[in-house]
Amino acid sequence: MTRLKSWKELPCGAILTDTKAVLENKTGAWRTKRPILDKNKCINCLVCWIYCPDAAIKVKDGKVVEIDLDYCKGCGICADVCPPKVKAITMVKEEK
Amino acid sequence: MIVAKTGNEAMAYAMKQINPDVVAAYPITPSTEIVQIFSSFVADGLVDTEYVAVESEHSAMSACIGAAVAGARAMTATASQGLALMHEMLFIASGLRLPIVMCVASRSLSSPLNIHCDHSDSVASRDAGWIQIFCENSQEGYDSVIQAVKIAETCYLPVMVAIDGFILSHCMDRIEVLEDEQVQKFIGKLKPNYSLLDVKNPITVSPACLPDSYFEHKRAQAQGMNDALPIIEKVIADFAQAFGRNYPVLEGYRTDDAEVVVLVMGSTVGTARIAVDEMRLKGEKVGMVKLRFFRPLVYQRMKERLGRFKVVGVLDRVESVNSYVSPLATEVRACLYDVNPCPLVPSYVYGLGGREITPDDIMAVFDELLAMNKKGKMKDEVTYVGVR
Repeated sequence: MTRLKSWKELPCGAILTDTKAVLENKTGAWRTKRPILDKNKCINCLVCWIYCPDAAIKVKDGKVVEIDLDYCKGCGICADVCPPKVKAITMVKEEK
Repeated sequence: MIVAKTGNEAMAYAMKQINPDVVAAYPITPSTEIVQIFSSFVADGLVDTEYVAVESEHSAMSACIGAAVAGARAMTATASQGLALMHEMLFIASGLRLPIVMCVASRSLSSPLNIHCDHSDSVASRDAGWIQIFCENSQEGYDSVIQAVKIAETCYLPVMVAIDGFILSHCMDRIEVLEDEQVQKFIGKLKPNYSLLDVKNPITVSPACLPDSYFEHKRAQAQGMNDALPIIEKVIADFAQAFGRNYPVLEGYRTDDAEVVVLVMGSTVGTARIAVDEMRLKGEKVGMVKLRFFRPLVYQRMKERLGRFKVVGVLDRVESVNSYVSPLATEVRACLYDVNPCPLVPSYVYGLGGREITPDDIMAVFDELLAMNKKGKMKDEVTYVGVR
């Protein structure tokens, strides 16, 4: 574990200009439910990519390639906005 | 140039000369005219400001915060219930260390409904982390708004400049205004360290800081205010040198040989000057100390300047319900705690809801203070001046 910074070392106003610090904080650990993507069902409409409040839907060449579980907090919005006829994302409990 | 302006007109004129990037405001008595007049400057194309007419004061401060985070010079004006409605956002502006400048026309808080002057609104914002300037007259209000921009942008702290509602905001006075170029030269260009709109250099604003880091951020914020005084005094000195008007953070009036003084903020400072002169004509060695900044509290200066008197009567235009003594008196007593011998510090609450305070009222206070000095003890901890 890294040493926590003293008050003299923190950025003024807690405004982070070094966005690497954000990447170091693996917020995926907060998750209680995990999204499972079925690539066979996915039509790559990218609605989940638009709605994801983080940037956890990884897209390459217009196609969803994976969900980044280092940062996905398991909110389930992606599964909810996936079109009803597609239903490519399901949420499963982490302990399963 | 010498002009006749009300306090509100003077504040609006200072804002025009500052020409901020963004003004977001919702009008409220007695500060309405500040933004009303400013909005006419916008409509007439006299400023380059983006004027955001919002639906509440909460939104006004929120819009100023958004603008400041984007690297804009942002200003607003409010009073009373409006300042109270902003309360949540005041802490966010200061926590983010944003140099927002706000004009306040001090007014009481409901209930019961009252639109007149006291310092309930600003003093209730005491702990919000804003620099707070209380002005004696509209000239000082005008000058303070210009100073406030420089102070805010050097300290990275928001500043509120308070003029007494109606007493200053609506009374016409002789004001010496500067030239636009002089104001622009004095405040300089805002040089933001970041902009939320700069997508090539993304930033994170107001991240969650949990028990492992929130405490450190608050400690750093406290230091920001602790470090503000030298910056403020430099701005005051630069302003005095450039324009010949000097407003020290703490000013003594006829205090050199005085044993008994009153400590005052806001427009009552002017009234107290007259009361001191009258008492002096009667041969009483009394004086007045004017406090211009409520935050940062100039505690070392107060200790040095006030510690040598026998009696310091603190005049407070606010009732902080059930505090042992009034807010400013509480601060003075804390500052003088280790001064030996410690002056008597009785607390006087006056002028709530715009109740008039006259030189005679303050002379009556002086009579009480002089009697206390003779006896060497206080009559009452708190006195409500003129209450029936």
